[in-house]
Amino acid sequence: MSFARKLTFGIVALLTSLAIGTAHADFEPTKPIDFVIMAGKGGGADKMARLMQSIVEKEGLASRPLVPVNKSGGSGAEALVALNSATDPDHTIMVTLNSFFTTPLRQPGLGIDIMTFAPIGRMAEDTFVLWVHKNEGVNSFEEFLAEAKARGSGWVMGGTGSAQEDQIITDFLNDTFDLEIKYIPYKGGGAVAKDLAGEQIDSSVNNPSEALGFYESGDVIPLVAFTSERLPMFPDVPTLAEAGEDFAYYMQRAVVGAPGMTDEALAYYTNLFAEVYNSEEWQKYKSDKSLLGEYTSGDDLADYWQTQRDRHETILKASGAIN
Amino acid sequence: MEVVVLLLDGVWAALQPTNLGLAFLGVVIGLFVGAMPGLGSVNGVAILLPFTFVIQEITGTISSPMIFLAAIYYGAMYGGAISSITLGIPGASTAVATTFDGRPMALGGHAEKALVIAAIASFAGGTISNIIFTGAAPLLASVALKFGNPEIFALMLLAFATFIGLGGDDVPKTIISICFGLVMSAVGFDIISGAPRLLLFDSTEWFSRGIQFLVLAIGVYGIGEMLWTINSTRDSFKMTEANITLARVWQALKSFPEAWRGTSIGSFLGFFVGILPAAGATPGSLMAYGVTKMVSKNQEEFGKGRPDGVAAPEAANNSASTGAMLPMMTLGIPGSPTTAVLLAGMVIWGLQPGPLLFSEQPEFVWPLIGSFYISNVIAVVVNLACIPLFLKVLRMPFSILAPLIFVLSVVGTYAAYQNIYDVWLMLIFGIGAFLLRILDYPLAPAVLAIVLGPIAEPKLRQSLLLSDGSWMIFLERPISGPITIAAIILLLLPLYGFIRKRVKARS
Repeated sequence: MSFARKLTFGIVALLTSLAIGTAHADFEPTKPIDFVIMAGKGGGADKMARLMQSIVEKEGLASRPLVPVNKSGGSGAEALVALNSATDPDHTIMVTLNSFFTTPLRQPGLGIDIMTFAPIGRMAEDTFVLWVHKNEGVNSFEEFLAEAKARGSGWVMGGTGSAQEDQIITDFLNDTFDLEIKYIPYKGGGAVAKDLAGEQIDSSVNNPSEALGFYESGDVIPLVAFTSERLPMFPDVPTLAEAGEDFAYYMQRAVVGAPGMTDEALAYYTNLFAEVYNSEEWQKYKSDKSLLGEYTSGDDLADYWQTQRDRHETILKASGAIN
Repeated sequence: MEVVVLLLDGVWAALQPTNLGLAFLGVVIGLFVGAMPGLGSVNGVAILLPFTFVIQEITGTISSPMIFLAAIYYGAMYGGAISSITLGIPGASTAVATTFDGRPMALGGHAEKALVIAAIASFAGGTISNIIFTGAAPLLASVALKFGNPEIFALMLLAFATFIGLGGDDVPKTIISICFGLVMSAVGFDIISGAPRLLLFDSTEWFSRGIQFLVLAIGVYGIGEMLWTINSTRDSFKMTEANITLARVWQALKSFPEAWRGTSIGSFLGFFVGILPAAGATPGSLMAYGVTKMVSKNQEEFGKGRPDGVAAPEAANNSASTGAMLPMMTLGIPGSPTTAVLLAGMVIWGLQPGPLLFSEQPEFVWPLIGSFYISNVIAVVVNLACIPLFLKVLRMPFSILAPLIFVLSVVGTYAAYQNIYDVWLMLIFGIGAFLLRILDYPLAPAVLAIVLGPIAEPKLRQSLLLSDGSWMIFLERPISGPITIAAIILLLLPLYGFIRKRVKARS
């Protein structure tokens, strides 16, 4: 580790500790930390979690290892239940997606209140972009709207899961632009990307990290970004806001602690993931994969959750997924 | 010709002492995790992924850590057969089909033959698939893209058909067994609607992830087999002891040509199934077993210790694991759970797997491909050399072996997903399998169904969503049409045989 980076870490650690207060620094993990991943092996969340784990390992940031455990069942229900009933909350943390908001809303029977989870840190917000195959003959968002309208339910959108991020965006497009796009749910973003490249579906709203390989080879083209500002990676791709619709949608990539985590442990993990966030590897990954968002923790993160939860409740109610 | 030069460069790079050492280490670790019930290549690769950053730092290249992980992957494919044959518990999900004939061979006193066949067939499968991979990777990637939802469903239908259309087993019982496996595979959350299904007692802890295939497989083959052996032998259990002499191993080597048919079917079919995203080595090996049995003249000998029955799944799982590397490297899409973790590793090392990988990162790609060949050679040599050691397991008295199988089944099930409920389920399946076995139900079809069900069901429903509910989508498309028709013909074969018998009886 170079001196400059050591210095950065030191400053970040200092600032974080000042921000959180003085009642910490007492906690040190006494055994390996359960690092629950709310998705299956190989998906976007899994890749990110393993990157975080490897950074912690490589830089020697924690005295005990993070042990990744994939709990992908029931759109994250399995992972949420596991954290809610964790016997040792100080050694149980989880990497989350937006199913952190939607799954408890859709399955109240699980008895999950996300506001009881410990807000460790939001590492990034993933972005969504509308993609079509180059052979589709559609080169702009306007042409997409015209073509999708002409084909009605013959236009097929592939996406990950049902009543989750990709379908929320598709529903929004259908409602706002009076389209009848047919949504086909897949198990993961990789399968969607492959079927778009093979022209089995007409469009996708993959995260850039999922579509990048086929974008670079020229097989798929981005039409519009569902962000508030243009993405640095695709400077020529307009945002939906430019098309006159005030709609931006992101996927949270955050680390949360099990309910019941002590304040000391929360401070420790907040600090740990701040160091991960500031590492060269994470920053490189973030810009390479077109991720946005600053490191957010503590009360700010809890406020963010509350806003996101309410927003998803409104969206899901409007689409009839919940009542 | 250019490919040959690139490959030779790659092999040369893979033969450098560091890479060779890493490949050797990887193969040995792989053999171990493969042989441990419950731990498969996916666990080995996932556990050692962080370690590869150290390798990357020391060697300064990105191909060395990948060579290490790929060697674990191959080693595990060889290792899975060891416990399947000597203990009757599938060492890894990919080696389930190896127990079908490998275990009976061992019980009949030919364990060394089964182990030798498994090793050589694995080597053949690995090498044949490497050659196809080297020669035709970009071409095959475009074939994989042509397989959309209806095509993959048609292929799954064909796999089921090979199991029903075979003679030998009782057809109604086979169908019941398949249905049982399908119901088990439907437990969990519906992929299309997200609604919970078949959650007994509303228990999310038990069923939210669905019933994992390995839980059923270890229950059926570990606990179920053990109970069956206890029941059928009472206290007079005596296993025909396998003598460990070089002469017998040599004899086994010489008899390998008996298994040529299974080896060749396994090698080619395994590779093809492996390159299809979502499939992978487990379905590949089960399908290879089914097809080999179907084309064999001695179908009734399968399940009783037929060399082809050991060779087909072993050739196929090695071949499929190379095949699964293809979509990972050329399309950036994993073909199996293990390649999903490898893909995560590549991303962490700063690579962008995808259509441009071959042209932009030749210094990564070719040493890796070279190492596939080298790792296979290392794996077969290490494996053959260790056979006498593996056979020692068989010399244990059953009073020691039975508790060992029990403990390994429990630990293995827990190790796979760290979920205690899986262990209870596994024990329930074990007892259930034992009872079904007494009633003479074939259990392999249930295992096949729980592997293929979760692949087939979403593909079926995605296809029907595409076609607005019209079943013609499977017949109309150029690739799925012929496959579907072949599957339907196979499904109707037993009915035809039945009618012919009735007509003959009348005349």
